[in-house]
Parts: sequence; structure tokens; C-alpha cells
Amino acid sequence: MATALIIDYGMGNLHSVRRAFEECGAEVLISDDPKDIRKATHIVLPGVGAFHDGMTSLVQSGWCEAVRRESEKEGIPVLGICLGMQLLAEKGHEGRETEGLGLVPGTVEKLIPVSSMTRIPHVGWNEIYRTRENPLFEGIPDGTDFYFVHSYRFVPERQEDAIAMTPYCGEFASAVMHHNVFGVQFHPEKSQKYGFQVIKNFLALN
Amino acid sequence: MLKVRIIPTLLWKDLGLVKGIAFDSWRRVGTVLPAVKVYNMREVDELIVLDITASREHREPDYEAVAEFSGDCFVPLTIGGGIREMDHIKKLLRSGADKIAINSAAYDDPELITRAAMHFGSQCVVASIDARKSDDGAHYCYSLCGSKPMGREVVAWAMELERLGAGEILITSVENDGTMNGYDLDLLRKVSENVGIPVIASGGAGNYQHMADAVSIGKSSAVAAASMFHFTEQTPLSAKQFLQENGIPVRNANMRQ
Repeated sequence: MATALIIDYGMGNLHSVRRAFEECGAEVLISDDPKDIRKATHIVLPGVGAFHDGMTSLVQSGWCEAVRRESEKEGIPVLGICLGMQLLAEKGHEGRETEGLGLVPGTVEKLIPVSSMTRIPHVGWNEIYRTRENPLFEGIPDGTDFYFVHSYRFVPERQEDAIAMTPYCGEFASAVMHHNVFGVQFHPEKSQKYGFQVIKNFLALN
Repeated sequence: MLKVRIIPTLLWKDLGLVKGIAFDSWRRVGTVLPAVKVYNMREVDELIVLDITASREHREPDYEAVAEFSGDCFVPLTIGGGIREMDHIKKLLRSGADKIAINSAAYDDPELITRAAMHFGSQCVVASIDARKSDDGAHYCYSLCGSKPMGREVVAWAMELERLGAGEILITSVENDGTMNGYDLDLLRKVSENVGIPVIASGGAGNYQHMADAVSIGKSSAVAAASMFHFTEQTPLSAKQFLQENGIPVRNANMRQ
């Protein structure tokens, strides 16, 4: 059985993430102690909030180093959700420039409205279109709606790391993959049937 | 394309689910938890649950109840009522809220919106405004469940809330609420045209055409409704089918239930 370790670094709603992973058949461990990372078969970095606050908290609590080590040396699959996805980047430009985890090459930038009718934050259900076959979106039709709530977007350095795109403010990378590290800008835990499919697909990785 | 959200609103008072008319004559219409479960099963776009007496009674949000609602709810959940401090928000998010709605406290402590947005992100801060139309045609803000006039004009306050860091505006017409005679379209349009954040229409929905009007005329990003779903046979799913037939983008309009 997969043991999903959900990193508790004080940023947001862990309850729904935990319930969703349990529903998808995982054993769940919510932890604020980086030592627990050894017990994990899968690492989940959830979170809502500001890039700088999130990163500061990850660094101070020692998670930063632990996650880098487990994902890079041990090859443990990592899934970043929403802010968690953005923290995988090398740099964030929210408020001030902040160094990220650097697990997926790229930066985080503000969504720029393309018309006076474009609202920021991007809140609600919007489609995803995969750019190539990938294990995370196995069994999920192109054009499926997922639930988003964010004002910033991940800009991958390498185009091939963007595995799904979403049309808003032009278009942005709604999911990234770099080796064993995955990020989704939407909330799979709140995206009902197909959100759960994403979680199950992630848990099937090893 | 981003879809228009249809959001059932659940008003909650002393653990019961209630619905009033013009913020008065509250009727008990059931309990909250079974309602949350039904909407979760129907895969609605979002849910808003407001504790309507918490602020008036100086109560903190009921975190245990929220944890119970969110336990089996995989629908994005906004919780409001009684939030006055950062710690309340933190506990609500931990109890399973995805977004929190602040109304009365924003008048006393506008910086609360800013602190919340800075720390938790503006995307989880919904600023809620209750408005009444005055004889001069302008709309004014009311707090404490529509009971206290704040002497602020609505559009100016909405713009101020956006500037403070709110991520969405939930705008409710006090006098239309519960009447099922339609949203205050003039109010919606004025607010939507003057802010760049999403606006959720609330107060007055009685049929699907009202929802379509809130989007096409009122320029709202989302439509909330309570009475219409509690007291009539109309459902969020049929609302979506109607909106889709009228060229408004929605999700899951063709799902079977």
C-alpha cells in the first residue's frame, strides 16, 4: 500500500487533501517533521498562499532539504498541488523574488489579464489539455474540467516539462512533470471524479 | 474556457439549515450535513456555507461543525460567519474550508483582509457584501446579517476590498434575498464593472433565467442561490443545462444523476 506523506508546513487546507488521498486508497501521514519522510512512498506538497511565506516555512522547518534529497537521490514521486506546484520552481516572483525548491526548472509569474473581462484570481472550473502522453493523466479525457484557484502561473524552462495546458490569460501550464516530480496547478482533491483519478495515477507510480 | 459556477448557498443558524426573506423570517429547512452530502454527491461546482448569527452573537466559527461538513465534501467549500482574526481563518482552513468569507469584520478591521491575503493568498479570501438599494438609486452596505447600516456606498467598498487583497466578492442584495424575484442586476453590474476580481451574484434567484441574467447583464462570474434550490424542484444540474442552451459556459451540464 502506498504511504502518502502530506507535508504540513502551515499553508492551508490539509484536511481535504488527506481525505481525498484516503478515498483513493492511500495510507496517509500528515507530518510537520522532516524525519518522517523516510516512511513515505509518495510525497505530497499541498498548500495555498504566498510563495515567499511558503518557501520560508519549508526552509525553516527543514523540509526543503529533505524533499530534495528523497526526490533526487531516492527517486520518491513528489506531487505539488497549487502553491505546492509553484514551490517546485527555481524562483517565484510573488511580491519579491524568492528561491524555490528547484525540482522543476522554471519560474512562477503573475497571471496577466488579456482583456478587461479577464478576472484574476483564476477561480473555478477550466479545461486541461495534455501536451503529451504521461502517467498522471492516464484515463482522463482531454478537455476535462478541473478546479483552479490561483493568481500565479508556473512557467517551465523546458517546454517538455509542461504536460498539460489550460486556456486562461492566453494559456498556462496546468501540470508539470520532471523525472519523478509532478505539479498540478488545479486542486485534484476538489476536482471530484477526475481529480481522484489524478491522485490514483500518482499513487500508482513507484 | 473558464466556466460559470453555480453555487448552492447554505445558511446555518444554531446547527440548522435556514432560509429567510430579505434577511428576516428565518425558516428552518433541514440540517446542514445531509444537504452538504447531497450536493457533494451531485458534484456541484462549489458550496458556500454561512453561519448567519455568529458575528451578531460574537461567536467564533464552529470549527468542529465545519470539520464535519468538510469530512465527506469533495466540493470546493467556502465558509463564512464570525471570522474576526487570523487565527479563526487558520483554524477554518485546517477544518477543511477551501475559502473563507469575511463580511462584518472587514468594516471594523479592513487590514484583516490584507493580512489574510498576504499569508493565505488572496484566492482564499472572499469578501462578502450585503447591500440595500436606497431611494437615490445608490446601494449601501449593511453588516451583521443585514442589520447594521455602514454608511458606505457599495461600489466604493467593493473596490476598496479588492485593493485590500480580497480574491472574490460575494455580493448579496438584502431586499431581493429570499424573494425569488431575481437578482439585483443593477447592483451586480455596477460592482462587476468596477473590480477585476470574480464577483459571485447572490440574493433573489428564483429561476434559471435569473441566473442567465446575472451573467449576461450583471457580468457575474458565478451565481449563488438558496431558496430556489430549497423550495422548488429546480436543481443546479438543470440550471446548467439551461445556461448551456443559452450560450453560457458551464461544466457537467450533461452528466447523469
